[in-house]
Amino acid sequence: MKSLPVLALLLWICSLFYMGILLFVGGFLLVRLEVNRTSTCADVLPPGADVKGDFCLKEPRFRRAVVLIIDALKADFTRYDPGNTSPRAFENKLPILDEMASSRPSQARLYTFRADPPTTTMQRIKGFTTGSLPTFIDVGNNFASSAVLEDNLVHQLGQAGKRVVFMGDDTWVSLFPRKFHRSLPFPSFNVKDLHTVDNGILQNIFPTMEGDDWDVLIAHFLGVDHCGHRFGPDHPAMAEKLTQMDEVIRSVIKRLQNDTLLVVMGDHGMTDTGDHGGESQKETDAALFLYSGSPLFPTPGSQMEPEVVPQTDLVPTLALLLGVPIPYSSVGQVLLPLFPLNSSLGASMSLSQAEALWINVKQVNRFLETYSNMAKDIPADGLSQLQSHFTQLSSQYLSSVSEGAPPSAELTASMQAYLNSVRETCRASWARFNPLKMAAGLLVLGLACVACFVLTELSLMVLQGSVLKAPLLSGLLAGAAVAACQLFTLGFVEVSWCFGAGALMSEVAFLWRIRRAFTRGSSSARLSVWLLLNPPLLVLFLRCASLLSDSYVISEGRVVTFLLFTLGLYIPLRLNWDGLLVPSPPSDTQKPPGLLPPALPLSTVRRESTALLVSVAILVGCLYLSLSFHSCREEQGSCQPSAFLTPLSRVQDSRVRNLHYILSVASLFAWAFLLHRWLRHYGNLNCTSVAVFTARCLLPLASICMGLHWAVSATPGDSFRNLAELISLAQVVLPRITFGLLGLGLLLLWLDPLTVFLKMRAPLNSRGTSVPPPKYRASTGVSPQAELHHLIPQLYQRIRQSLEDGGSEGDEADGRPAVEAYGLGTVYSAPLVLLCGLLGLGLLLLHAEGMAIAFLLMLLQAAAVLHLHSSSSTLSSLQSHSSVFSVPWAPVVLWSLAASQFFHATGHLPTFPSIQWGAAFVGFPQGHSGTVLPASLVTLNTFASHIMFAVGCPLLLFWPLVHEARGTRTGRSGEDGDDVVMEMRLRENPQQFSSALLQLAARYLFITGAQVLASVCAAAILRRHLMVWKVFAPKLMFEASGFIVSSVFLLVGVTLVMRVDVAVARLFQKLLPENSR
Amino acid sequence: MWDVEIRGMASAHAIIAASIFMATIMPAVLVEKFSVYGTHLVWLYSVAGSVAVVNIAVFWLLGISPPTKKNTLSYKLSKLFRSCVYFLLSCLFFHTVVVLYGAPLLESALETFSLAVLLSTFTTLRCLCILGPNVQAWIRVFSRDGAMSVWDTSLQITTGCSVVGAWLGAFPIPLDWDRPWQVWPISCSLGTTIGFLTGLLTAPLWIRWHRKQLTYKLK
Repeated sequence: MKSLPVLALLLWICSLFYMGILLFVGGFLLVRLEVNRTSTCADVLPPGADVKGDFCLKEPRFRRAVVLIIDALKADFTRYDPGNTSPRAFENKLPILDEMASSRPSQARLYTFRADPPTTTMQRIKGFTTGSLPTFIDVGNNFASSAVLEDNLVHQLGQAGKRVVFMGDDTWVSLFPRKFHRSLPFPSFNVKDLHTVDNGILQNIFPTMEGDDWDVLIAHFLGVDHCGHRFGPDHPAMAEKLTQMDEVIRSVIKRLQNDTLLVVMGDHGMTDTGDHGGESQKETDAALFLYSGSPLFPTPGSQMEPEVVPQTDLVPTLALLLGVPIPYSSVGQVLLPLFPLNSSLGASMSLSQAEALWINVKQVNRFLETYSNMAKDIPADGLSQLQSHFTQLSSQYLSSVSEGAPPSAELTASMQAYLNSVRETCRASWARFNPLKMAAGLLVLGLACVACFVLTELSLMVLQGSVLKAPLLSGLLAGAAVAACQLFTLGFVEVSWCFGAGALMSEVAFLWRIRRAFTRGSSSARLSVWLLLNPPLLVLFLRCASLLSDSYVISEGRVVTFLLFTLGLYIPLRLNWDGLLVPSPPSDTQKPPGLLPPALPLSTVRRESTALLVSVAILVGCLYLSLSFHSCREEQGSCQPSAFLTPLSRVQDSRVRNLHYILSVASLFAWAFLLHRWLRHYGNLNCTSVAVFTARCLLPLASICMGLHWAVSATPGDSFRNLAELISLAQVVLPRITFGLLGLGLLLLWLDPLTVFLKMRAPLNSRGTSVPPPKYRASTGVSPQAELHHLIPQLYQRIRQSLEDGGSEGDEADGRPAVEAYGLGTVYSAPLVLLCGLLGLGLLLLHAEGMAIAFLLMLLQAAAVLHLHSSSSTLSSLQSHSSVFSVPWAPVVLWSLAASQFFHATGHLPTFPSIQWGAAFVGFPQGHSGTVLPASLVTLNTFASHIMFAVGCPLLLFWPLVHEARGTRTGRSGEDGDDVVMEMRLRENPQQFSSALLQLAARYLFITGAQVLASVCAAAILRRHLMVWKVFAPKLMFEASGFIVSSVFLLVGVTLVMRVDVAVARLFQKLLPENSR
Repeated sequence: MWDVEIRGMASAHAIIAASIFMATIMPAVLVEKFSVYGTHLVWLYSVAGSVAVVNIAVFWLLGISPPTKKNTLSYKLSKLFRSCVYFLLSCLFFHTVVVLYGAPLLESALETFSLAVLLSTFTTLRCLCILGPNVQAWIRVFSRDGAMSVWDTSLQITTGCSVVGAWLGAFPIPLDWDRPWQVWPISCSLGTTIGFLTGLLTAPLWIRWHRKQLTYKLK
């Protein structure tokens, strides 16, 4: 068996996928580290001569502020054009803003307020409260809750003793839990509901304003945004909504006092269809309106006014106007028109422009230093440039202050330039999709899928010629060339581009080579587009297409089950269509008998079709029952999560708890029993090897430990007070013992995977020279003493004969002992089944107790698929023209989609809040010190079903051979003496074996990879979609990580098969000298 | 002879298709506040009933049904009885399959069962009419060379189309469009009906197109 080329090809394909994922994710998911430091009033910003601190120095300019956030208030909505006689639905509906700005220019201003992508509400709220540029993943963010941990305006206001009252969109409450003095949240989820939030605010805002129990009032209106999503901007409903907002602003202005600042702003804009999320100007340009009862702005024309205000700039401005520290990670710039040119001119207590800017510059510089110490994603040369700019600024400013002269206009402009360049640098590394990288990632992934598909169809040809060398070399060369180019032109190396170029080059070289070999090669291996149109692949296509719609992703669990069910029903229907399911009618008289295909005997057909129908029934039953273990997404309104998902310790009713416990333990022992039973049936438990020790002792012991652990963890805390210490000890020790036992089992299994029992027997006949015909007997049917029959007598003769053919011609056939080998028929599948069993127990331990039933269903369903596959391949064995061991698409698709199905049926969902963090604390109730162990435990928990099905994948190859015994024994053994040899058939034909294994693994990878490609496409195409950060991006992350985990464990499974192969070869070698003596 | 049979089948199919349209239009005239979405079950049963009646009448008049060995009244009665039982069983079978596919188990069980009745009318009833209550023959018909007459081929096509139509009808259910026809089981029963109509239309065309390749064994 060619193990190295197979592994190398699989590794190569996997790494192509990895590089494609890396490249795409690098361009799509923007990552930023969160700085968990907060500014305080006492902070002294270096270089500072003033020891008292920089923030909160003086009496604030404003005592109170009203912030009205109108979600999706686009800049166009606020422009007023009196000449427009036939305004569209969204035009000229907010006359108040323009009216105020033109009639009272010293009190009001209207700006275009430019948001940073991603323009989704949650990211925007984070943006204009922290002053930073939030990305999809803010590392350091606690995934389990969405609370903002970075320093922010709400926190600072609270620290300064301001009473913040909030009303409106309930996203705020989850972002800033317990930070508000008073909050009136209204549900924001239903996009079709235009009025609940707005009416809720309107009922409360005016009484609150008239009262005196507030300092800062934040009101977040959602009607305009929801109206955009539902009807688009150009719709009468939008006109109505905007007019309502106009009245709201009017009434608020009427009630405003002189010491209060009014801010009206949109958090983002919208496209012409009313969507947002992306980076087009229509989505980023919102409106900002500032108003105060007392004069605030200089007379227009006296100084330069900014055209566009970046959204981050609001934070330092509001902070300094209200007299609170600027949040630590803000990279915004104070809005200069709101500050007097020099402090003598305006009210003496307020900061002058230069003072405000100086504080701002120092704060940004402090953040930049902190951030660049934590993360390396800001390019080094840009950073050093900024540093020198700051040193220059500070020396100029300090010297001008020491001279007592007001800072010059050039210095102000220079400080502004510094702040601008800091923001640009940060934005370049945080807040921009990289379309080039995304496209390249898509291309690499797409070609990887094509290469994988080619590999599945031409596995034999690929293995025969050494196809891999040229692609690998060209890939390495291309990667190195790109690295060198980058080093020369840019001065640094961006690793993802080098990987991407290498992967792309290597794919192109591979396909090119295959094409050449293909055109030269025989026409027998036809690769046509029609191959893609068979029903199993159609099911796969539907599955991939379903990933492009948010509704289907939301109900993914049911969609996958639906498709699996369809495929499960398709197999018997197809067999019936081909006339193979029922015994064929007595032979046709019209055709000459010579042309008739040989038919399977009647009894075999009958037995196999019964087995097939029974396994379809079990499959269908498992599919249906698995639906009751699903959890619920927040988007699914009327959905109850499965009762089995709650850990037993949290179940209140003791009867229900006992029932759940009994069910779980019963399933656990059924799991162990079924495995034991299967191994014993095929005679794999006879020898004294360590693998058998694992199966006989470790497996039951581990299950007992798990049962005890569940019992201990389910005991209510208050019932056994005097045993509390013992219980807490048991909670630590029992799971660890289980982990240890299972780990030991895996280790032993790897060291000696053979489960073959050899028994020497005295020679039955010594007939001298005549060598009997090679004859194997691996297994007979199901008898009470089944294991007695699972033997291969005269195996040795066969080996010897082949050796004699090859080399020694010695005629020493006399006194040859026969060898019986128990369990040789399942020598490959037994360790794999055992591995699955051990892994399954370990993964089950990381889940809630009730999931034991789901795991049992998983085992049953896997067995049903395997039997379905073996029966259908026996039934169609006469018809198929493919190579001997080749596994068709249908069972592989069933097997691989079952991984997704049980991902959902073990209570997982592709969303971050639904990750089961409890898994990290199994056996470690006190928590961890490192991060590697808990992270890997949670990964194992999340992708449990992917792991199980990936490891077990090679079983699809072995199962028909294992069951060959049953299928052909009565039929053919009498005719041509071809006795059943089960998996030894694989050893007879190593070339076919390795090609079939490669094909199977490549098919599995293709199916998983195609799903990754589909979700990558979904994320790329729908990056402007309303649901992109809620549905598609998490789905992409889960799908990609699922692929990585699956591929790793698939390789583990394949490697174990090869390990067994090596061990079997060694066993045969050992047998020879012993017996020929 | 071929053309005569195909033409006869085409007209029979046209009559059945017309009966579906009539069953949609008639209640609109007779019943107050009738709409396909609003009073869906009324529509469903009216279509199922009319298709059943027309099917039985057409096949009885054309004499397609398998020849009976015995012509006694009691034999006919027992055959009729068995047909009814088979029809009921097929309704239950379809109901089970639909539930396994993910339909709600307890709530709206009536709707699910009505869908099963519709499916049975379009598939099992035609099997009963053409092949009689003979499961062996049913299984035989649905294999590649199991068709023994033009009618068997048309049965294959219409049954396949109806079932595929019902299957496709489930696709829009999870979408968040909030349309009245996304309510269970409207999309599925509409899909079934449209699939059945497609089958009625395609069967004569397909058979005509492939008449060179089609050779039927003599019974």
